Amino acid sequence: MGSLLEGKICLVTGASRGIGKAIAELFAAEGAVVYANSRGGRKAGPDGSGEAGSPGEAAFTEEDRIRPVYFDCADEEAARRAVFSIYREHGRIDVLVNNAGIVYNEPIGMISMKHVEEMLRVNVYGTINMLQLTSRLMMRGRAGGSIINISSVTGIYGNPGQSAYSSTKGAVISLTKSAAKELGPMRIRVNAIAPGLTLAGEAYKTDPAKIKERIGNIRLGRAAEPEDIAKACLFLASDLSGFVSGQIIAADGCTVM
Amino acid sequence: MDEIRERYQKVFEDVFGPAAGTPHSEFVFGENGWDSVVHMSLITELEDEFGIMFDTDDILHYGSYQNGLRLLEKYEIR
Repeated sequence: MGSLLEGKICLVTGASRGIGKAIAELFAAEGAVVYANSRGGRKAGPDGSGEAGSPGEAAFTEEDRIRPVYFDCADEEAARRAVFSIYREHGRIDVLVNNAGIVYNEPIGMISMKHVEEMLRVNVYGTINMLQLTSRLMMRGRAGGSIINISSVTGIYGNPGQSAYSSTKGAVISLTKSAAKELGPMRIRVNAIAPGLTLAGEAYKTDPAKIKERIGNIRLGRAAEPEDIAKACLFLASDLSGFVSGQIIAADGCTVM
Repeated sequence: MDEIRERYQKVFEDVFGPAAGTPHSEFVFGENGWDSVVHMSLITELEDEFGIMFDTDDILHYGSYQNGLRLLEKYEIR
Protein backbone atom coordinates (compact mmCIF):
# COMPACT_ATOMS: atom_id res chain seq x y z
CA MET A 1 0.00 0.00 0.00
CA GLY A 2 1.30 3.40 -0.99
CA SER A 3 0.40 6.87 0.11
CA LEU A 4 0.09 8.86 -3.10
CA LEU A 5 -3.49 9.79 -2.22
CA GLU A 6 -3.21 9.82 1.56
CA GLY A 7 -6.19 11.64 3.05
CA LYS A 8 -7.71 12.62 -0.26
CA ILE A 9 -11.48 12.44 -0.73
CA CYS A 10 -12.26 10.83 -4.07
CA LEU A 11 -15.46 10.10 -5.95
CA VAL A 12 -15.39 7.48 -8.68
CA THR A 13 -18.47 6.98 -10.84
CA GLY A 14 -19.41 3.66 -12.37
CA ALA A 15 -17.29 1.91 -9.78
CA SER A 16 -19.11 -1.36 -9.19
CA ARG A 17 -17.12 -3.26 -11.79
CA GLY A 18 -14.40 -3.19 -14.42
CA ILE A 19 -12.23 -0.09 -14.76
CA GLY A 20 -14.17 1.90 -12.15
CA LYS A 21 -13.80 -0.83 -9.56
CA ALA A 22 -10.06 -1.08 -10.24
CA ILE A 23 -9.71 2.69 -9.85
CA ALA A 24 -11.59 2.67 -6.55
CA GLU A 25 -9.46 -0.19 -5.21
CA LEU A 26 -6.17 1.38 -6.24
CA PHE A 27 -7.09 4.81 -4.88
CA ALA A 28 -8.09 3.26 -1.55
CA ALA A 29 -4.84 1.29 -1.46
CA GLU A 30 -3.01 4.59 -1.92
CA GLY A 31 -4.66 6.06 1.14
CA ALA A 32 -7.74 7.80 -0.25
CA VAL A 33 -11.27 7.70 1.08
CA VAL A 34 -13.17 6.61 -2.01
CA TYR A 35 -16.86 7.06 -2.70
CA ALA A 36 -17.67 4.37 -5.23
CA ASN A 37 -20.74 5.28 -7.22
CA SER A 38 -23.08 3.02 -9.11
CA ARG A 39 -26.67 3.31 -10.11
CA GLY A 40 -27.69 0.71 -7.59
CA GLY A 41 -29.92 -1.26 -9.92
CA ARG A 42 -27.14 -3.51 -11.14
CA LYS A 43 -24.82 -5.90 -9.47
CA ALA A 44 -21.50 -7.05 -10.75
CA GLY A 45 -21.05 -10.51 -12.18
CA PRO A 46 -17.79 -12.43 -12.13
CA ASP A 47 -17.17 -11.78 -15.81
CA GLY A 48 -17.79 -8.07 -15.43
CA SER A 49 -21.30 -8.24 -16.82
CA GLY A 50 -24.20 -6.65 -15.01
CA GLU A 51 -27.73 -7.86 -14.44
CA ALA A 52 -30.87 -6.14 -13.34
CA GLY A 53 -31.48 -6.22 -9.63
CA SER A 54 -32.40 -3.98 -6.75
CA PRO A 55 -30.90 -2.79 -4.60
CA GLY A 56 -27.43 -2.85 -6.06
CA GLU A 57 -24.83 -4.99 -4.41
CA ALA A 58 -22.14 -3.07 -2.59
CA ALA A 59 -18.83 -4.21 -4.02
CA PHE A 60 -16.90 -2.93 -1.01
CA THR A 61 -17.32 -2.13 2.62
CA GLU A 62 -16.57 0.98 4.61
CA GLU A 63 -13.72 -0.73 6.44
CA ASP A 64 -11.98 -0.96 3.11
CA ARG A 65 -12.06 2.83 2.87
CA ILE A 66 -14.42 2.43 -0.06
CA ARG A 67 -17.93 3.68 0.52
CA PRO A 68 -20.66 2.78 -1.95
CA VAL A 69 -22.94 5.61 -3.06
CA TYR A 70 -25.92 4.91 -5.29
CA PHE A 71 -27.22 7.48 -7.74
CA ASP A 72 -27.61 8.09 -11.44
CA CYS A 73 -24.94 10.55 -12.62
CA ALA A 74 -27.35 12.01 -15.17
CA ASP A 75 -29.99 12.68 -12.53
CA GLU A 76 -29.24 16.29 -11.55
CA GLU A 77 -31.04 16.28 -8.23
CA ALA A 78 -29.80 12.87 -7.07
CA ALA A 79 -26.23 13.70 -8.05
CA ARG A 80 -26.38 17.11 -6.36
CA ARG A 81 -27.58 15.57 -3.11
CA ALA A 82 -24.90 12.88 -3.23
CA VAL A 83 -21.92 15.12 -3.92
CA PHE A 84 -23.08 17.72 -1.42
CA SER A 85 -23.48 15.03 1.21
CA ILE A 86 -19.86 13.96 0.66
CA TYR A 87 -18.74 17.58 0.79
CA ARG A 88 -20.62 18.19 4.04
CA GLU A 89 -19.02 15.19 5.66
CA HIS A 90 -15.43 16.06 4.72
CA GLY A 91 -15.49 19.75 3.86
CA ARG A 92 -14.03 19.03 0.43
CA ILE A 93 -13.84 16.68 -2.55
CA ASP A 94 -10.33 16.38 -3.95
CA VAL A 95 -10.75 14.05 -6.89
CA LEU A 96 -13.57 13.13 -9.27
CA VAL A 97 -13.20 10.29 -11.75
CA ASN A 98 -15.95 10.42 -14.34
CA ASN A 99 -15.86 6.78 -15.31
CA ALA A 100 -19.54 5.85 -15.67
CA GLY A 101 -20.28 5.02 -19.26
CA ILE A 102 -22.05 2.63 -21.58
CA VAL A 103 -21.22 1.31 -25.01
CA TYR A 104 -23.17 -0.04 -27.96
CA ASN A 105 -21.08 -1.07 -30.94
CA GLU A 106 -23.26 -0.75 -34.04
CA PRO A 107 -22.28 -0.24 -37.68
CA ILE A 108 -23.72 2.67 -39.65
CA GLY A 109 -27.09 1.55 -40.95
CA MET A 110 -27.78 -0.37 -37.77
CA ILE A 111 -27.29 2.39 -35.24
CA SER A 112 -30.21 2.40 -32.84
CA MET A 113 -31.16 5.98 -32.01
CA LYS A 114 -32.46 4.72 -28.70
CA HIS A 115 -28.97 3.49 -27.93
CA VAL A 116 -27.47 6.77 -29.12
CA GLU A 117 -29.71 8.65 -26.73
CA GLU A 118 -28.79 6.30 -23.90
CA MET A 119 -25.06 6.71 -24.54
CA LEU A 120 -25.35 10.49 -24.79
CA ARG A 121 -27.26 10.59 -21.52
CA VAL A 122 -24.72 8.60 -19.55
CA ASN A 123 -21.44 9.33 -21.33
CA VAL A 124 -21.91 13.01 -22.04
CA TYR A 125 -24.80 14.47 -20.03
CA GLY A 126 -23.84 12.53 -16.90
CA THR A 127 -20.19 13.48 -17.24
CA ILE A 128 -20.98 17.18 -17.67
CA ASN A 129 -23.39 17.05 -14.75
CA MET A 130 -20.85 15.49 -12.41
CA LEU A 131 -18.08 17.82 -13.55
CA GLN A 132 -20.27 20.87 -13.02
CA LEU A 133 -21.50 19.86 -9.57
CA THR A 134 -18.18 18.68 -8.22
CA SER A 135 -16.12 21.57 -9.59
CA ARG A 136 -18.46 24.02 -7.86
CA LEU A 137 -17.59 22.36 -4.56
CA MET A 138 -13.88 22.18 -5.41
CA MET A 139 -13.93 25.95 -6.00
CA ARG A 140 -15.23 26.62 -2.52
CA GLY A 141 -12.20 25.32 -0.68
CA ARG A 142 -9.79 27.32 -2.84
CA ALA A 143 -7.59 24.21 -2.71
CA GLY A 144 -8.83 23.09 -6.12
CA GLY A 145 -8.90 19.48 -7.17
CA SER A 146 -8.43 17.00 -9.96
CA ILE A 147 -11.11 15.84 -12.37
CA ILE A 148 -10.40 12.84 -14.53
CA ASN A 149 -12.74 11.99 -17.38
CA ILE A 150 -12.63 8.55 -18.92
CA SER A 151 -12.76 8.84 -22.69
CA SER A 152 -11.60 6.21 -25.19
CA VAL A 153 -9.06 5.90 -27.95
CA THR A 154 -12.03 5.63 -30.29
CA GLY A 155 -12.80 9.24 -29.32
CA ILE A 156 -9.37 10.24 -30.60
CA TYR A 157 -8.92 8.05 -33.68
CA GLY A 158 -12.42 6.77 -34.51
CA ASN A 159 -13.11 3.11 -35.23
CA PRO A 160 -15.39 1.19 -37.60
CA GLY A 161 -18.56 0.04 -35.89
CA GLN A 162 -18.20 2.63 -33.15
CA SER A 163 -19.35 5.85 -34.83
CA ALA A 164 -21.99 6.65 -32.24
CA TYR A 165 -19.98 5.53 -29.22
CA SER A 166 -16.85 7.32 -30.39
CA SER A 167 -18.89 10.50 -30.82
CA THR A 168 -19.78 10.46 -27.16
CA LYS A 169 -16.16 9.87 -26.18
CA GLY A 170 -15.00 12.61 -28.52
CA ALA A 171 -17.38 14.91 -26.68
CA VAL A 172 -15.68 13.94 -23.42
CA ILE A 173 -12.35 15.01 -24.91
CA SER A 174 -13.74 18.41 -25.95
CA LEU A 175 -15.31 18.83 -22.54
CA THR A 176 -12.00 18.06 -20.87
CA LYS A 177 -10.09 20.64 -22.89
CA SER A 178 -12.62 23.42 -22.40
CA ALA A 179 -13.23 22.71 -18.72
CA ALA A 180 -9.48 22.66 -18.04
CA LYS A 181 -9.20 26.17 -19.47
CA GLU A 182 -12.21 27.44 -17.55
CA LEU A 183 -11.41 25.83 -14.20
CA GLY A 184 -7.63 26.29 -14.22
CA PRO A 185 -7.78 29.67 -12.47
CA MET A 186 -9.64 27.93 -9.63
CA ARG A 187 -6.78 25.42 -9.32
CA ILE A 188 -8.93 22.61 -10.66
CA ARG A 189 -7.09 20.35 -13.07
CA VAL A 190 -9.11 18.51 -15.71
CA ASN A 191 -7.63 15.67 -17.74
CA ALA A 192 -8.85 12.59 -19.56
CA ILE A 193 -7.66 9.05 -19.87
CA ALA A 194 -8.41 7.37 -23.18
CA PRO A 195 -8.25 3.61 -22.62
CA GLY A 196 -7.57 1.30 -25.50
CA LEU A 197 -8.87 -2.28 -25.61
CA THR A 198 -9.42 -3.22 -21.98
CA LEU A 199 -10.41 -6.63 -20.70
CA ALA A 200 -13.43 -5.52 -18.72
CA GLY A 201 -17.16 -5.30 -19.21
CA GLU A 202 -18.22 -5.51 -22.83
CA ALA A 203 -14.89 -6.91 -24.01
CA TYR A 204 -15.82 -10.21 -22.42
CA LYS A 205 -18.80 -10.48 -24.75
CA THR A 206 -16.69 -9.93 -27.86
CA ASP A 207 -15.71 -12.76 -30.18
CA PRO A 208 -12.26 -14.03 -28.98
CA ALA A 209 -11.00 -14.02 -32.57
CA LYS A 210 -11.77 -10.32 -32.84
CA ILE A 211 -10.06 -9.63 -29.54
CA LYS A 212 -6.97 -11.43 -30.84
CA GLU A 213 -7.07 -9.41 -34.04
CA ARG A 214 -7.30 -6.15 -32.08
CA ILE A 215 -4.43 -7.17 -29.81
CA GLY A 216 -2.39 -7.52 -33.00
CA ASN A 217 -2.72 -3.72 -33.34
CA ILE A 218 -1.28 -3.06 -29.89
CA ARG A 219 2.46 -2.58 -29.97
CA LEU A 220 2.89 -3.64 -26.36
CA GLY A 221 1.34 -6.96 -27.38
CA ARG A 222 -1.58 -7.26 -24.99
CA ALA A 223 -4.90 -5.72 -24.06
CA ALA A 224 -5.10 -3.52 -20.99
CA GLU A 225 -6.25 -4.85 -17.66
CA PRO A 226 -8.49 -2.49 -15.65
CA GLU A 227 -5.54 -1.98 -13.30
CA ASP A 228 -3.49 -0.49 -16.15
CA ILE A 229 -6.11 2.21 -16.59
CA ALA A 230 -6.37 2.73 -12.85
CA LYS A 231 -2.64 3.42 -12.62
CA ALA A 232 -2.91 6.16 -15.24
CA CYS A 233 -5.77 7.66 -13.24
CA LEU A 234 -3.66 7.47 -10.09
CA PHE A 235 -1.04 9.66 -11.72
CA LEU A 236 -3.63 12.28 -12.63
CA ALA A 237 -5.30 12.13 -9.22
CA SER A 238 -2.06 12.52 -7.29
CA ASP A 239 0.17 15.52 -6.79
CA LEU A 240 2.64 13.93 -9.22
CA SER A 241 0.58 15.54 -11.97
CA GLY A 242 0.21 18.86 -10.18
CA PHE A 243 1.14 20.85 -13.29
CA VAL A 244 -0.75 18.70 -15.81
CA SER A 245 -4.15 19.87 -17.04
CA GLY A 246 -6.15 19.80 -20.26
CA GLN A 247 -4.41 16.63 -21.42
CA ILE A 248 -5.77 13.48 -23.01
CA ILE A 249 -3.59 10.53 -22.08
CA ALA A 250 -4.06 7.39 -24.16
CA ALA A 251 -3.58 4.30 -22.00
CA ASP A 252 -3.63 1.98 -24.98
CA GLY A 253 -0.31 0.13 -25.11
CA CYS A 254 0.57 2.10 -28.25
CA THR A 255 -2.39 1.07 -30.35
CA VAL A 256 -2.21 1.48 -34.12
CA MET A 257 -5.77 1.97 -35.37
CA MET B 1 -35.40 36.39 9.20
CA ASP B 2 -33.71 39.68 10.17
CA GLU B 3 -30.50 37.86 10.96
CA ILE B 4 -30.70 35.93 7.70
CA ARG B 5 -31.36 39.14 5.82
CA GLU B 6 -28.31 40.76 7.41
CA ARG B 7 -26.07 37.88 6.45
CA TYR B 8 -27.54 37.88 2.95
CA GLN B 9 -26.93 41.61 2.61
CA LYS B 10 -23.35 41.20 3.84
CA VAL B 11 -22.62 38.59 1.16
CA PHE B 12 -23.94 40.94 -1.52
CA GLU B 13 -21.84 43.81 -0.20
CA ASP B 14 -18.71 41.63 -0.11
CA VAL B 15 -19.24 40.29 -3.64
CA PHE B 16 -20.24 43.54 -5.34
CA GLY B 17 -17.85 45.79 -3.46
CA PRO B 18 -18.27 49.48 -2.80
CA ALA B 19 -18.24 50.48 -6.47
CA ALA B 20 -21.74 49.08 -7.02
CA GLY B 21 -23.23 51.10 -4.18
CA THR B 22 -25.17 49.49 -1.38
CA PRO B 23 -26.97 46.39 -2.69
CA HIS B 24 -30.71 46.61 -2.15
CA SER B 25 -33.93 44.82 -3.00
CA GLU B 26 -34.07 46.30 -6.52
CA PHE B 27 -30.76 44.69 -7.55
CA VAL B 28 -31.29 42.47 -10.59
CA PHE B 29 -29.05 40.34 -12.74
CA GLY B 30 -27.64 42.31 -15.68
CA GLU B 31 -27.36 45.61 -13.79
CA ASN B 32 -24.91 47.07 -11.28
CA GLY B 33 -22.12 44.88 -12.64
CA TRP B 34 -24.06 41.70 -11.93
CA ASP B 35 -22.77 39.58 -14.79
CA SER B 36 -22.30 35.80 -15.03
CA VAL B 37 -18.85 35.88 -13.39
CA VAL B 38 -20.08 37.93 -10.45
CA HIS B 39 -23.14 35.69 -10.29
CA MET B 40 -21.08 32.55 -9.78
CA SER B 41 -19.03 34.29 -7.07
CA LEU B 42 -22.25 35.35 -5.41
CA ILE B 43 -23.63 31.81 -5.56
CA THR B 44 -20.44 30.36 -4.10
CA GLU B 45 -20.37 32.89 -1.27
CA LEU B 46 -24.04 32.38 -0.46
CA GLU B 47 -23.60 28.61 -0.44
CA ASP B 48 -20.65 28.97 1.90
CA GLU B 49 -22.44 31.39 4.17
CA PHE B 50 -25.61 29.31 4.51
CA GLY B 51 -24.18 25.81 4.11
CA ILE B 52 -26.31 24.91 1.13
CA MET B 53 -25.85 23.89 -2.50
CA PHE B 54 -28.20 25.44 -5.02
CA ASP B 55 -29.48 23.23 -7.79
CA THR B 56 -28.59 24.37 -11.28
CA ASP B 57 -32.06 25.64 -12.17
CA ASP B 58 -32.05 27.90 -9.14
CA ILE B 59 -28.66 29.31 -10.16
CA LEU B 60 -29.92 29.95 -13.68
CA HIS B 61 -33.15 31.58 -12.55
CA TYR B 62 -31.85 33.41 -9.50
CA GLY B 63 -32.39 36.73 -11.25
CA SER B 64 -32.66 39.24 -8.44
CA TYR B 65 -31.87 40.14 -4.86
CA GLN B 66 -35.47 39.54 -3.86
CA ASN B 67 -35.78 36.20 -5.61
CA GLY B 68 -32.60 35.06 -3.87
CA LEU B 69 -34.24 35.65 -0.52
CA ARG B 70 -37.20 33.53 -1.58
CA LEU B 71 -34.83 30.79 -2.72
CA LEU B 72 -33.17 30.65 0.68
CA GLU B 73 -36.54 29.69 2.15
CA LYS B 74 -36.73 26.84 -0.33
CA TYR B 75 -33.49 25.54 1.20
CA GLU B 76 -35.02 25.95 4.64
CA ILE B 77 -32.91 28.96 5.57
CA ARG B 78 -35.38 30.90 7.68
